[in-house]
Amino acid sequence: MSMLKVKDLKVNYGGIEALKGISFDVEQGQIVTLIGANGAGKSTTLRAISGLVKTASGAINFLGRDIIPFNAQQVVAEGIAMVPEGRRVFDNLTVLENLKIGAYLRSDKEEVQAGIEDIFQRFPRLKEREWQLAGTLSGGEQQMLAVGRAMMTRPKLLMMDEPSLGLAPLVVRDIFSIIRDLKSEGITILLIEQNANAALRCADQAYVLETGRITMSGTGEALLADQRVRDAYLGSTAR
Amino acid sequence: MNKKKIDSATIISAVIVLALYAAVFIAEQLIPATSMLFTVIKKGATYALVAVSMNLLNGFTGIFSLGQAGFMLIGAYVYGIFTIPVASRMDVYQYYNGGLVQFTLPVFAAMLLAGLAAAFFAFLIGLPVLRLKSDYLAIATLGFAEIIRALFQWDKLGPVTNGSNMLRLFPSFNDFNIKNADGTVAVYFSTLVPMLIAGVCIGVIILLINSTFGRALRAMKDDEIAAEAMGIRLASHKRLAFCISSFFAGVGGAMLAMYQTTVQAKSFTTAMTYEILLIVVIGGIGSVTGSCLSSFLFVAASEWWLRFLDQKQMIGDFEVPLLRNGFRLVVFSIIIMIVVLFFRQGIMGTKELPDLIRGLQGKNKGGADK
Repeated sequence: MSMLKVKDLKVNYGGIEALKGISFDVEQGQIVTLIGANGAGKSTTLRAISGLVKTASGAINFLGRDIIPFNAQQVVAEGIAMVPEGRRVFDNLTVLENLKIGAYLRSDKEEVQAGIEDIFQRFPRLKEREWQLAGTLSGGEQQMLAVGRAMMTRPKLLMMDEPSLGLAPLVVRDIFSIIRDLKSEGITILLIEQNANAALRCADQAYVLETGRITMSGTGEALLADQRVRDAYLGSTAR
Repeated sequence: MNKKKIDSATIISAVIVLALYAAVFIAEQLIPATSMLFTVIKKGATYALVAVSMNLLNGFTGIFSLGQAGFMLIGAYVYGIFTIPVASRMDVYQYYNGGLVQFTLPVFAAMLLAGLAAAFFAFLIGLPVLRLKSDYLAIATLGFAEIIRALFQWDKLGPVTNGSNMLRLFPSFNDFNIKNADGTVAVYFSTLVPMLIAGVCIGVIILLINSTFGRALRAMKDDEIAAEAMGIRLASHKRLAFCISSFFAGVGGAMLAMYQTTVQAKSFTTAMTYEILLIVVIGGIGSVTGSCLSSFLFVAASEWWLRFLDQKQMIGDFEVPLLRNGFRLVVFSIIIMIVVLFFRQGIMGTKELPDLIRGLQGKNKGGADK
């Protein structure tokens, strides 16, 4: 069953059409990825779903509900969490406070505490740095924190915007293994990446976005094998 | 930082604060009431409250507002208007036939009303103004303070505000002293009470900063988009923070009225806001302890310690050059420049009193970490 259905979504920034009517589905329990170059509209898509930017037309349907009129807070309450581009942890808050902000809309104190323990178990590095300011963490740790913070909202759908951006290759590998772990726990993931190679390898379903339009779609494997994708996004030497 | 919610450092801090209050109470009974010390403490407590309220906005929420003098004015006037004894109203409102308001409220009720009135105005101007960012917001709030100042001097509002004439004869800090039947003072409270009022208000602000709400404010200051993506509603949080800050600025205004014993709109100038801003910056943006500390230092330096620079001073037969009326301000400005140069983050940075004590404890234990 489709968890998220986006249909004919259009978003304008001023007079510029950032999204010119895109449609895609996210199936429950899958990793779905949108790949594309800078300015293709990937981040805009996520922001439109999160309620951070106004949509011009189209429909976004999450678990049978139209979430177009929802503001950011309502979207989070519905169960859609975002790991924003460039991590965007709260630098001057401690690691623990960052996680608590993730649980901002939750009122079940004990379960929040259990959730925090859960995150610390998943990322022992964060546990070690519990009282450190998030701004002093390394890039990879910050990304873990951003994921943990989003997990604290108890999402049904986790949207990740360029989680590999600016991270060392080894760390990028860690991040993708975290993404696979999350999937195996039943969390649906919508992943946006410029690192098309890694993204396609772990994706069940993938879409290629070019200047506001979806030009190709298929399973991750199929796109990985597609000559046009290889030429445009993977470089011809990619295996 | 430490793990337990209430650790020894917090307790030691509380003891230090209580000891300060006890010291003030004892000093008040022993030292003549005319001493500059008490003037400084009264004004310092007032400024500390307003500075902390400004810090709540500028340091913790990231809203750069310069409307503090305006909200203090509202608080001071509301307090004055509702506490002047009915019998004295003919004297005060001599040009307006005794004025419109013909009842008085208890002192603390009037202070509460002063805060609420300031918060109400903050709510109203917050609707348009909080859509702005950084410098533009500062300019808009500055403009608001100027408008308020002009409005309260408007002749047509005279029956309520007494126009450009001053409000006076309302209860001041000295009325907290407990007097004997013959009029001599039995127990002095005139310095302790403002300390207590400011202390309670600042305590509430500290609780607020450490609550879930305060955490959301600090998150917003760091990154608005990420905060919004976590489900924090920016507009309503900003508005609430603005109203709360203005509430305490209003209470601070009422305290200033009690300190001055008279209120006149024309004294609530932009310069007053800048003084508060200076206190916040010197104390450390984002540190409540810093704001309190620096407001007492600021008031003491500007009103007391540097006074001698304004008069001719003789060392033996030698007359110290340059000393004349106004020289104090030159020295004061230089001191501020030096402080800002050497304490880039302000005196306290973003640290609080318990953090300092924890630092000391760490050293005494042989420096377990670092």
